[in-house]
Amino acid sequence: MNCIQLVELVTDYLEGSMPAEQRARFDEHIAGCDGCTTYLEQFRITIRLTGMLSEEQIAPDARETMLGVFRDWRTSP
Amino acid sequence: MMLVERYQPAMLRVALMYVSTRAVAEDVVQDAWVGVLKGLDGFEGRSSLRTWIFRILVNTAKTRGQREARSIPFSSVWTADPDAEPSVESGRFLPPGHPASGRWAEPPVGWESTPEERLLSKETLAEVSRAIDALPPNQREVIRMHDVLGWPSADVRNALDISETNQRVLLHRARAKVRRALEGYLGAERERKA
Repeated sequence: MNCIQLVELVTDYLEGSMPAEQRARFDEHIAGCDGCTTYLEQFRITIRLTGMLSEEQIAPDARETMLGVFRDWRTSP
Repeated sequence: MMLVERYQPAMLRVALMYVSTRAVAEDVVQDAWVGVLKGLDGFEGRSSLRTWIFRILVNTAKTRGQREARSIPFSSVWTADPDAEPSVESGRFLPPGHPASGRWAEPPVGWESTPEERLLSKETLAEVSRAIDALPPNQREVIRMHDVLGWPSADVRNALDISETNQRVLLHRARAKVRRALEGYLGAERERKA
């Protein structure tokens, strides 16, 4: 495994969806490569930052509208 | 009633991935519920109710989003060729023919020198958000569901009706592009300071 191959496999590695043998080769490469170690670290930071993006809060009036739909549905013949 | 309460916030977030305003998103969710109610008799239980509801929602939202013709650049939809977009520009690796071909020629510079509070600042997050908005639609929906909303992979591929492999490929391409955007952003900032 070289660097140009490794950068395509980082999500497989982080999601744990990699065969054991490939994982061993990935670990082996990382152990001896500063560039790929940095790349992996940046990928982790990227995922962390993405997870910090604010989630939309539901507006109370929207929920009321929805509950209204259900009420109408239940009471319709 | 409980079902609506439970799924509504998540449904609204998903709808907002496809349409431009909150009002339209609310409309989409409402339409999706109507679709759920209409289809309930035909629901065969081959998937979980949750999966089924979100599939209806995604389809409803996509249709509406297309009608809105919301900022989906034509080119970005059609540049999904895997070979056309490597995670890192090929110019940053040693070329074929070089004795160490495929190793870094220009390795990434670590972000340790960026202070934590800068890295986690609103400005950096805005850059992440911009990078995600610029992704092709299928990559955008996967990274939002998986990394922003924190859904497990199985839920993402069920809602979008895609394979496990496809889901992982789309997620990887999306993350790789966001990393590149951050690299450019933080690198430019480093240079300004230097």
